[in-house]
Amino acid sequence: MSMIEIKNLWKEYGDQVVLEQINNQVKSGEFVTIVGASGCGKTTFLKMLLGTESPSRGQILLDGTAIKDEPDESRGIVFQRYSVFPHMTVIQNVMLARELEASPLHGRLFGAARNNAKREAENMLEAVGLSHAKNKYPHELSGGMQQRLALAQSLIKKPRILLLDEPFGALDPGIRADMHKLVLSLWREHKLTVFMITHDIKEGFFLGTRLWVFDKDRYDPHAPNAYGAQITYDLPVGKTDAEVWQQIDKSLKKANDFVENA
Amino acid sequence: MKKLINLQPSRPLRWFLGVLPFVLLLVLYLSASEARLAENPNDKLLPALSSFADAIQRMAFEPSSRSGEYLFWQDTASSLRRLALGVGIGSFSALLVGVLMGAIPLFRANFSPLVTAISLIPPMAILPVLFIIFGLGEVSKVVLIVIGITPFITRDILQRVLEIPQEQLIKAQTLGASTWQIILRVVLPQVMPRLIGAIRLSLGAAWLFLIAAEAIAATDGLGYRIFLVRRYLSMDVILPYVCWITLLAFIIDFLLRKISFKLYPWFHSQSGEGENT
Repeated sequence: MSMIEIKNLWKEYGDQVVLEQINNQVKSGEFVTIVGASGCGKTTFLKMLLGTESPSRGQILLDGTAIKDEPDESRGIVFQRYSVFPHMTVIQNVMLARELEASPLHGRLFGAARNNAKREAENMLEAVGLSHAKNKYPHELSGGMQQRLALAQSLIKKPRILLLDEPFGALDPGIRADMHKLVLSLWREHKLTVFMITHDIKEGFFLGTRLWVFDKDRYDPHAPNAYGAQITYDLPVGKTDAEVWQQIDKSLKKANDFVENA
Repeated sequence: MKKLINLQPSRPLRWFLGVLPFVLLLVLYLSASEARLAENPNDKLLPALSSFADAIQRMAFEPSSRSGEYLFWQDTASSLRRLALGVGIGSFSALLVGVLMGAIPLFRANFSPLVTAISLIPPMAILPVLFIIFGLGEVSKVVLIVIGITPFITRDILQRVLEIPQEQLIKAQTLGASTWQIILRVVLPQVMPRLIGAIRLSLGAAWLFLIAAEAIAATDGLGYRIFLVRRYLSMDVILPYVCWITLLAFIIDFLLRKISFKLYPWFHSQSGEGENT
């Protein structure tokens, strides 16, 4: 069964139609890369998945029930900027999720519980390659390191869906290639379901399992806002069914090689 | 020769340039004082340094012949107590209301017009009301300071909370934070250094309200003493008191800045605010 089901989804702001009749399904473990011209509604779509925007018509189902219309633990997010907390050190940023769930009243941990959370956070930082910077504040980190931190911070919560909103848009090309490798390995390791928006169509061709292109199918030059964008292409980049896992792994290796050579 | 805007003073030169105006003012005062005293030894307008020393000795180190108290220290303690209470209560309530208004839209819709309206009332205009309601005791003076600075700090805090990127609030929610947890762990810590900054800016106003209230109705306090001895043209008491108030204001400001640097290093290195602000 599909984990996410998008049923006849529309988004309108007054007269302006942004998205129209989007129907699709995404299975658990898929990595969907979304590309499209700027202003085509891909960020609006992501916001509806996240819960900060509500559909005008239609709905998005997560495990068969309507997705919550405010952000919650089921969805993790990494934005292009401002995803980490500037007043906490790197390790505190990662531990935050554990502290919040353990202590509703003061949002802090002490003693053994704190040590456990700390160890877990250290492992997560190890995975994203930030161990050496665990006591620094975010403003002391480079852009790429901040995005690594934002990933670690989200992943410790083990979200059902991980949303990435142009996470590498502000990074240098070399750093971006490192981040691709990191995201792919984390996706594989944690069996995540990922939606990633990108400007860079090249990213879409080798990252993940599916490529969605958002574009306007119909266009009226006299009323440019009359029609919204749809998913015009839905291309498989790989498959994530359990039985063809090895096939994915192979395609991922190819993707990884491509990243290395890029 | 470099252009003027590119010339940076060396460290000793910066000190020298900074101290120079003070020295010049002092020299100017001393020569003017000497000239007046030469003409009339009983002149009270510009007393000599020895008169200041006498006055300080009398006020600070000898018990008052009437009450047996050391007036200078008693005045200082009373004024600082009022100031601390006023600024403490004022900034605490400003923090509370400002953060709630900033974080919770319903609360903002409810209170924002009220806070704006209150902030437009000139506090001195309602001083008589305070005297009528709270009497001439301590409460009315503290309340004047509170009313004088709270709206300003509240609006500043509100602004700062609204400046926190929306991304952070969304991120916190995806990490499972409740409204209360977001306020406690995301909003409050980021607003605290801003609060200290706002307090530093409003201290001048707080002193103004304190001295005004003491001048009108008090039995001790720095402002009370200045306005009391004015009747006898006692410049020898007034000027040391003014210098003392200035020094106190400087020390308080300095301490607040140090505390902010100590507690919120991430804020100061991030906002690029150097040691000199």
